[in-house]
Amino acid sequence: MNGTDTIHVALSGSLDDFDLDVAFDAPGHGLTALFGPSGCGKTTILRCIAGLNRLAGACRIEEDIWQDETRFTPTHKRAVGYVFQEASLFPHLSVRDNLLYSSGGRVKPAASNGVGFEEVVDLLDLDRLMQRGPQRLSGGERQRVAVGRALLSQPRILLMDEPLSALDRQSRDEILPFLERLHRSLAIPVFYVTHDMSEVERLADHLILLDAGRVVASGPLGVLQSDTTLPLALQRGAAVTLDAVVSDYDAAYGLTRFDVRGGSFLIPGSADMPTGSRQRLRIGASDVSLALEKPASTSILNVLPATISSSRALDDREIVMVLTLGHDSNGEQLLARITRRSWDLLELQDGRPVFAQIKSAALAPRRLPQ
Amino acid sequence: MQGLSSEIWISVRLTVALAATTTVILLIVGTPVAWWLARSRARWKEAVAAVVALPLVLPPTVLGFYLLVALGPDGPGGAIAGLWGARTLAFTFEGLVIGSVVYSLPFVVQPIRNAFEAIGDRPLEVAATLRASPARVFWTVAMPLARPGFLTGAVLGFAHTVGEFGVVLMIGGNIPGETKVLSVAIYDFVETLQWREADILAAGMVVFAFAVILAMTLIEKRMRRAGS
Repeated sequence: MNGTDTIHVALSGSLDDFDLDVAFDAPGHGLTALFGPSGCGKTTILRCIAGLNRLAGACRIEEDIWQDETRFTPTHKRAVGYVFQEASLFPHLSVRDNLLYSSGGRVKPAASNGVGFEEVVDLLDLDRLMQRGPQRLSGGERQRVAVGRALLSQPRILLMDEPLSALDRQSRDEILPFLERLHRSLAIPVFYVTHDMSEVERLADHLILLDAGRVVASGPLGVLQSDTTLPLALQRGAAVTLDAVVSDYDAAYGLTRFDVRGGSFLIPGSADMPTGSRQRLRIGASDVSLALEKPASTSILNVLPATISSSRALDDREIVMVLTLGHDSNGEQLLARITRRSWDLLELQDGRPVFAQIKSAALAPRRLPQ
Repeated sequence: MQGLSSEIWISVRLTVALAATTTVILLIVGTPVAWWLARSRARWKEAVAAVVALPLVLPPTVLGFYLLVALGPDGPGGAIAGLWGARTLAFTFEGLVIGSVVYSLPFVVQPIRNAFEAIGDRPLEVAATLRASPARVFWTVAMPLARPGFLTGAVLGFAHTVGEFGVVLMIGGNIPGETKVLSVAIYDFVETLQWREADILAAGMVVFAFAVILAMTLIEKRMRRAGS
């Protein structure tokens, strides 16, 4: 796609009566989510990248060619880190021995990518688990060990196959901050398979949309989220995630100001976020309403000038539209969903300047990798 | 009395030597067979499994008959015996070991195969993604995880060899110190109406069998507790 795309995957063929035909490029940094319904081929793609399954095609991670017309590198010679859906720790080894399996039990100093034993143990808070057997860990702890074990194999790419889906809600909430930390502090590209949009919104930089063994779309998360030709923007829980910078904290009212391209948002709380730090905001399409004039008196904190860039009827009752923040149309894009009645009543049309009213409660800051 | 007990001890020693040798050979031979049966996707592997399992179903005399032919002067056994100047492997300790290996093979292969299959693909895949070569995967993951199967296989193979009678009689006969194992000795004692001696040996076998089964169950239980 462009010069920064350094991971190339193309696979076609059938496996257990399932047809897969995909080709995509992804950046060599950040987290790329492979998103789609169950049975769309996400896991198969990951397994083929790891060499656990074999389909015709190509697989290249930067300058390492793992598969092309003439060669197929076996799994144990590919520098992958693979985190399976179930942690799959070796039951006969302690946590420490699981972590050190790939190095044959030797503790190695940090490699150039910053991944060393101490660093991984610290990053995933594994220190007090070290001598335990996998049987005596909680689901979340097990998955943390599995992530650490994969990282310590010094992978060129980390492949994660729905690492949270086998966990209960509590374990999930416990492990997500670790994944965010990982994402922020490591330079290793991550492919992350999930069918849970909230994980995508929280973690992904890049998105590959899959359906029935085909790539529907591939690109930066924000671009795909606000593309009304794709199913993502049309679904009930449609939302965009915005890159934001903390610019101010109003101690008197306990409000934090976040700047995004083309506007800024006030969000209650978050006193601990340093000014200048980068965060991720999520704004749901159904939490955005429109006004033609700036409302003089309203309890809604965030009313931002915006322009309707495009619109699409969802059905005969609702319209979903893409708003560009600012009236000079170079800001971030939001999604808004309103009734067709309101659309007609306000005589809205593409290109029209409006005011977007965003309910404060709908703004959820997410950490963003530095 | 002195003579009798020494006769008993000779056959006990012989039986233990036979069972131990057979078990060691079976573990060495049976492990790759069990691994292949557990992992191969070849369509004809169940045919191989059936051949391995034949001794479970065949009358020992049938097995013994074919083994006798194979070990005899005109069979491959005779050719092998020729290497050290003998005429035949039949009616020798070596012949008994070969017969016992064939006869007890399913009792060792089956539990090990089951244990390998119970591991599933996942731990092996995990090891491969952690840069372990297939050989390292086998030694560091498959073998340790299949340990209970090895224990069961070894104990069953040993115990079964101790108890074999039909095959021994067919290929080994009744040579004291060479092929006269416990089960044959009991038969002999009964034939010659030495009831007391037969009783001692038979009761010893009952105690042995009980101890083996009990020990195996307890050890397996402990292994399972430690492993899960």
